[in-house]
Amino acid sequence: MNRFAELLDRLAYEPGRNNKLRLITGYFREVGDPDRGYALAALTGALSFKHAKPALIRDLIASRTDEVLFGLSYDYVGDLSETVALMWPKAQNNPQSFPSHPSPPPSPTRGEGAQRSAALSATTTTNGELASDGRTAFAVPSPLVGEGQGGGYSGRDANESTHPNNHNNPPPPTLTEVVTTLRTLGKTELPRQLERWLDELDETGRWALLKLVTGALRIGISARLAKTAAAALGDKDPHEIELIWPGLSPPYLDLFAWLEGQAEKPVNRDPAPFRPVMLAHAIEDSDFASLDPADYIAEWKWDGIRVQAVAGRDERGEIAARLYSRTGEDITGSFPDLVPSLRLPGAIDGELLILREGRVQSFNVLQQRLNRKVVSPKLIKEFPIHLRAYDLLGDDENDLRELPFAERRERLQRFIAKLDDPRIDLSPTVPFANWDALTAARADPASAGAGEDADAVEGVMLKRREAPYLPGRPKGQWWKWKRDPHIIDAVLMYAQRGHGKRSSYYSDYTFGVWTESENGDELVPVGKAYFGFTDEELLQIDRFVRRNTTEKFGPVRHVVHEGDKGLVLEVAFEGLQRSPRHKSGVAMRFPRISRLRWDKPPREADRLETLEKMLKADESLPTIKLAASADGH
Amino acid sequence: MRPQDILLPTAAGLCCKPGGFHIDPVRPVERAVITHGHSDHARAGHGAVLATQETLDMMRLRYGENFAGSTQTISYGEEIRLGDVRVKFHPAGHVLGSAQIAVTCMDTCIVASGDYKDAPDPTCTPFELVPCDVFITEATFGLPVFRHGDAALEVKKLLASVALFPERAHLVGAYSLGKAQRVIALLRKAGYDAPIYLHGAMEKITSYYQSRGIALGELRPVAGMKKAQLAGTITLAPPSATSDIWARRFPDPVTAFASGWMRVRARARQGGVELPLVISDHADWDGLTATVAATGAGEIWVTHGQEDALVHWCKSRGLRAQPLDLVGYGEEEESVPAAQSEAGA
Repeated sequence: MNRFAELLDRLAYEPGRNNKLRLITGYFREVGDPDRGYALAALTGALSFKHAKPALIRDLIASRTDEVLFGLSYDYVGDLSETVALMWPKAQNNPQSFPSHPSPPPSPTRGEGAQRSAALSATTTTNGELASDGRTAFAVPSPLVGEGQGGGYSGRDANESTHPNNHNNPPPPTLTEVVTTLRTLGKTELPRQLERWLDELDETGRWALLKLVTGALRIGISARLAKTAAAALGDKDPHEIELIWPGLSPPYLDLFAWLEGQAEKPVNRDPAPFRPVMLAHAIEDSDFASLDPADYIAEWKWDGIRVQAVAGRDERGEIAARLYSRTGEDITGSFPDLVPSLRLPGAIDGELLILREGRVQSFNVLQQRLNRKVVSPKLIKEFPIHLRAYDLLGDDENDLRELPFAERRERLQRFIAKLDDPRIDLSPTVPFANWDALTAARADPASAGAGEDADAVEGVMLKRREAPYLPGRPKGQWWKWKRDPHIIDAVLMYAQRGHGKRSSYYSDYTFGVWTESENGDELVPVGKAYFGFTDEELLQIDRFVRRNTTEKFGPVRHVVHEGDKGLVLEVAFEGLQRSPRHKSGVAMRFPRISRLRWDKPPREADRLETLEKMLKADESLPTIKLAASADGH
Repeated sequence: MRPQDILLPTAAGLCCKPGGFHIDPVRPVERAVITHGHSDHARAGHGAVLATQETLDMMRLRYGENFAGSTQTISYGEEIRLGDVRVKFHPAGHVLGSAQIAVTCMDTCIVASGDYKDAPDPTCTPFELVPCDVFITEATFGLPVFRHGDAALEVKKLLASVALFPERAHLVGAYSLGKAQRVIALLRKAGYDAPIYLHGAMEKITSYYQSRGIALGELRPVAGMKKAQLAGTITLAPPSATSDIWARRFPDPVTAFASGWMRVRARARQGGVELPLVISDHADWDGLTATVAATGAGEIWVTHGQEDALVHWCKSRGLRAQPLDLVGYGEEEESVPAAQSEAGA
């Protein structure tokens, strides 16, 4: 557990993806089975047990420490688990407490606390005898200690090696012990067990344990990253792990045996496994020049949720159906109404939508069906689910992923026709002869075939006819061409340092637009952006910030922003929402810096009224999205 | 005699009327007795200064030859009479030359311990316990959440990171006086024998440590090094420099910070630290409470830091205790990098 905690601790501070990978792979290499398997489970979110309530942790610490000291500490640290982990005192098994002197709490981390208090007690006892001769200091001043770190008090080092106390403690629990015990432990036994573990672990171990049992273990890495780190252990492609992952379970002994070359690759016996999805690149204007329209098929890009609907036969020949999110999460439970429609063995790649009377509803409507704990009959009735299919990855036993897209698309048409189900239909293609025609279709989907569903179209997809289905985001195969983002010119107001590699750069920017106030025009902050610019532009902005700081508030720099002095940033964003929390009353979705407008004086930047107009336009279109995960492609 | 007749907190610092001096005064005074060389305790402009040889040397390095009207050196264990009191210096284990000052008047002894630590440190004389009637203690880490582990283990953590990321530079933020030299000495003790690089701001004080016989191995200035040459190396720098433009000369640096504050995650994150190293030159909670108890003092005065918790602890043990509201300490040292100025170089 201590080693796992150390890994989590290090990951929590490490911002770089590759460095995180190396830390995790290093852990897998160094730590044996089954601990590393449970670590992989924890990192991928595959562990499950009943969590302890914070109140239980509070009770535990209250029984061990002074209430006032705990209160002051909690105020200072600000996090319950961390406070408890740091101040948790060791069990009082110190035989050497002198009745005449209050024994200070031992310092367990140094493994010498008990000795120290003993030495101190001895010192003070002697103190009585020395008091008469003018308070001569007890310890003998020693020369500079070059070698061998001197003990603070005389005799401390000498006591250290001979003291038996260090060896009385039971060894700290392993991660396996913690995980397997938590799975089966009854509620009433939990406090005692936790107390024992807290006694046995070090600070970091206690912190990780408390985070784990309270269900607050936020590691800041994705399941995908953890699997990639595991793959690196055996020099394998992470996609191979994705393919077999649904058939694996903690502590993944078969997986690690394969990765280390000691066993065959585990076979995925899941009748309805997830297949890693293929993603698209955002297309830029400059990309079109090198693309031939004849090589591509266009489809609408629907504003729903990308899913993979898989059906297969289990050992008994029964159909097993599953719905996966684009990351491979099993979301079947949230959409039981779609399951009966998945009765033909195969794997469909498509978009999950809500259809009412044959019309696609906005993402807003779909969102009301998501993330519900209970899927009630009422919910199912009011939000009828629908799958719009655009690719076929498997047809019965056949893996189609090696086939060109055009061929898969034909197979898909036949598959959907054979299925003949009102809940599943085919996403139509958008015919076009040249890029101008496609531009026109994208600008007006309603008259280009999307008809009444045009409001749920957020752009077009371009898929190369010859492209096999490749996991990840391969270059030049699939393109997404969204409708134009909103763009405004705003003025840089405040800047803050970034993290990790960017910690020496001012890379987080708060920008504002003009609005009228009692004192004439003033800038009001409307958003914050920390990407979109190139490395070169970052250097330029950083230099500008450093040279034009007017005030500093802690880590925040107030950058000059007046009518004729300041920097104008062109900010692109996906949508606007009303927000009472912001002074300006609006909040941007997905804002990024698209250009630096050195040429533009700040007074010519946009005004709040412009944003309000955009907001009204947005509100008339029901396409405001709230969830970042919504982007299917 | 009442203790407050011997030592009294004033705006200029702790004043000893019967002895006619101030301890670590924050404003210029006629006669100053200085515990150690950190700039919040040792300031320039006093009439006469009494301190250890090392502290006086450090003040000279920092402020120039004329930092005081006159100076007088005192050794550990040496006692001198000032006015109606006797003053004796004892090692504080904080940094090289740091001292606790025992002030005795009639039969009452007060120990002003300055900053101190009871943990081992290869670069300075170990802390010495001085029995007394009134003990004046700092409380920089005066909360039970602050327990500094074995510094050698933290250095091991640093070396493990250097081994894991050989193509990156490791940049260790450490206070220039004391902490930096201790980290270097610990690295050497752990068997690290490659050259260690130094930020320009810590060269002078570090070579002073070496001149006092403290072995620190081969040290090189980082200035003038090419980026690629710094891969796999360790550089020590003042905490403020690690997040400054200066840090761009390093290849994908791992930013470490050696400080007792690193025990608390939020504090470490604030400063953009990637590798927090809990190495402190102050006593931790266990050290503070153990020392307070061991002095046998019946009255405890608590200065700079988290006074409330330590005063509460003392009272709960039946000791008289009060916070001494002295201002001006703990500002230079041990502050988190984000709060620091952006000295370049």
